[in-house]
Amino acid sequence: MSSLTVTGVTKVFPARGDGSRTVAVDDVTLHVPHGSLTAVLGPSGCGKTTLLRLVAGFLAPDAGEIRFDDRVVAGAGRPVPPQTRRVGYVPQEGALFPHLDVAANIAFGLPRDGGRADRVEEMLDLVELPRDFAGRRPHELSGGQQQRVALARALAPSPSVVLLDEPFSSLDASLRESTGRAVARALRAAHATGLLVTHDQSEALSLSDQVAVLRAGRLIQAGSPADVYMAPHDPELARFVGGATSLPGESDAAGTAATCALGRVTLSQPSSADHLVLVVRPDQVVLVADGVPARVDDVSFYGHDAAVRLSLAADGTALVARVTGPSAPSVGDTVQVGVAGAVHAYPAPVHD
Amino acid sequence: MVVALLALVPLAYVATYATVIGPVELWQLVVRPRILDLLGHTVALSLSCMAATAALGVGLALLVERTDLPARRLWHGLLVAPLAVPAFVNGYAWVSIAPSVHGFRGAFLVITLSYFPLVYLPVVAALRGLDPALEESAWSLGHSRRRSLATVVLPQLRPALLGGTLLVGLHLLAEFGALSLLRYPTFTTAIYDQYGSTFNGRAATAMAGVLVLLCLLLLLADLRLRGDRHYARVGQGAARRTVPIALGALRWPALLAPVLVTALALGVPSWSLLHWLRVGTSAELPLGELAGAAGTTVTLAAIGALATTAAAVPVVWLAVRHRSRLSTLVERSTYVANALPGIVVGLALVVASLRLVPAVYQTALLLVVAYAILFLPRAVVTVRAGLEQSPVVLDHVAQSLGLTPLQTARRVTLPLIAPSLGAGAALVFLAISTELTATLMLSPIGTSTLATEFWSASSELRYGAAAPYALLLVLISVPATVLLMRQERLAP
Repeated sequence: MSSLTVTGVTKVFPARGDGSRTVAVDDVTLHVPHGSLTAVLGPSGCGKTTLLRLVAGFLAPDAGEIRFDDRVVAGAGRPVPPQTRRVGYVPQEGALFPHLDVAANIAFGLPRDGGRADRVEEMLDLVELPRDFAGRRPHELSGGQQQRVALARALAPSPSVVLLDEPFSSLDASLRESTGRAVARALRAAHATGLLVTHDQSEALSLSDQVAVLRAGRLIQAGSPADVYMAPHDPELARFVGGATSLPGESDAAGTAATCALGRVTLSQPSSADHLVLVVRPDQVVLVADGVPARVDDVSFYGHDAAVRLSLAADGTALVARVTGPSAPSVGDTVQVGVAGAVHAYPAPVHD
Repeated sequence: MVVALLALVPLAYVATYATVIGPVELWQLVVRPRILDLLGHTVALSLSCMAATAALGVGLALLVERTDLPARRLWHGLLVAPLAVPAFVNGYAWVSIAPSVHGFRGAFLVITLSYFPLVYLPVVAALRGLDPALEESAWSLGHSRRRSLATVVLPQLRPALLGGTLLVGLHLLAEFGALSLLRYPTFTTAIYDQYGSTFNGRAATAMAGVLVLLCLLLLLADLRLRGDRHYARVGQGAARRTVPIALGALRWPALLAPVLVTALALGVPSWSLLHWLRVGTSAELPLGELAGAAGTTVTLAAIGALATTAAAVPVVWLAVRHRSRLSTLVERSTYVANALPGIVVGLALVVASLRLVPAVYQTALLLVVAYAILFLPRAVVTVRAGLEQSPVVLDHVAQSLGLTPLQTARRVTLPLIAPSLGAGAALVFLAISTELTATLMLSPIGTSTLATEFWSASSELRYGAAAPYALLLVLISVPATVLLMRQERLAP
């Protein structure tokens, strides 16, 4: 396994009929340390799959460099073809070879000399599938099992980097989480360097060591899941990752607190600007005894918790609060809300 | 590329010949009373047969698929079965026991009975593919069953119906054997007579030109239809069947329709064949000749099938994996060639080989080339379906696991498309076995295949001698029919 370094990589797709060029990946620089898993997060069409295909070698970058440890695989001279890059690739639907059984699929990339059967069993153990699955055909497996076999197949030749292209998006909700966790465990056990492409922020936050957020081809922020969640780079990212609400606010003289529709809140970092945009995540909005009055517009009850959509009685500002399921109010109730913890703030855009 | 060029030889031949002759003389050749006469014949027969097959095909399809007709599965099989009887065998069967069946009425009867499954099959496929929820929504919105049939179901059948009808038209324009036996002259039979009797290249070419124009007209119509055709069913899961319409008191009388059609389309040919087999065996059964002809047919068909499938692979590869305007053009051009009747392909290859490479004239090689041109689309359609089962992501996975493109082809793609290659080759094999027109024109002197032997016997009114060949031809066609039934879309 090696680390993966992407430096200034740009990919432009040529003009189509209407003459528009698409800059799919725009000057992206990213480092994935040895043995860690980085999730590339972004809405569909943001260029995350293109980035993954560039790393795999199915596409060649127009500018920039891709290195596995110190080995340059794209950027200087002819790019290294995919078959000699030694990447493990797990595509969206698993894409097991339908004419081969599980064992032959896993052993597909292994050299023809001995030890294949041992390696197949080792891999089945790694992805937590019973060994007697070796003789099954792909169509006899469930979607989650197919994904695990696809991962085993990718890991069997001990690749430098494992690339996972939305591997869980075709699974239904209950399988998605358990398969995701099993895959992350297997990657850790194999000390694999992984790049996981996803549009699901909870998947990205829960599985990876590092989250890289891509928007319109540009890297917006790369950091630990906690960083990205608690200190997002801009209000838009705060809405995308945490489902946060933005509120206008005025900072006080010291710059450590601000006043807004929810009253006085503490800032997570001191700010020098007077006018601020405050982002309040649903988990920070709490129902209290003496707060700002708000009306309950809608309640989505999930059992263990509930999302409560509120509008403030004073000016109608819409807010979302996440509360424990049993404590959820009813639609039409008037409740008192407050803010728990420090709030992340950005200087407000200047209007003239 | 080479394959596409080869496929365009017949078209190029007609075009260059037309320019060589010059517009004035061409015009004179075309506007002779004889040609106008033929044009009238051809168009009249085409239009009436297309209308009749459309009505028969849709009516029977609705009856079998959507009502509680007794023994529907049986009827479905029996209504597809006429495809296994080559039209010229059907024509022979009718004319040999009822000499009064000839001319326009005879041709209309025999052609309609032979070709209606070409409409019936795609319409049944479309009916089965329809999401029952569509009809159920119409009912819930207050349409009666009968009304929702007209407002929801029939519009959805339109592409299948028109596609099938155009296919009937193309087949009819190419039909030679049946019409010749029934003494109903159309362009195809006239070209053959012209070619056989006087070797009058110019008159034959002029007629071939008009025939090609008619075919291209139909093909254009078909391409336009295909362009905006879309799959009716997008959801997943097994298709439910709609509740069949209860025919009530009409349930048993309705049986009359499929019974009558089956009796005419299957019963008469079978009875006639058996009759002549009985009469024929009173004389000596020429087992040696029969075996010889069968052997030649199998050899030719096997070589032709291999060559055609081999030619189809690069065409399909380009069309599926390297989709571009050029590769689509290459794929389409093979279809254009397919719309050309065997007679035109035969004529073009005779002239082209005499002009360019005289050495191959009257050789089996030329015949195999003609087969490849004629039947390439059947192989292309089948192989294409196979290659689409092997998505490009599998190649990517194989490459990421360290395989070169060549190894990927051998270890991933080939095993996946092998069944479709086999099916494609089998379809072409069976089509060649029953091909008559091009074989008659191009086979080396002294070569006798089942089709040519049948033809020489039946055209000399030796009906008894023709019967064993006819029987073998029908038997060979049966597996092809089964294969075709499995294909969702009928090859044009």
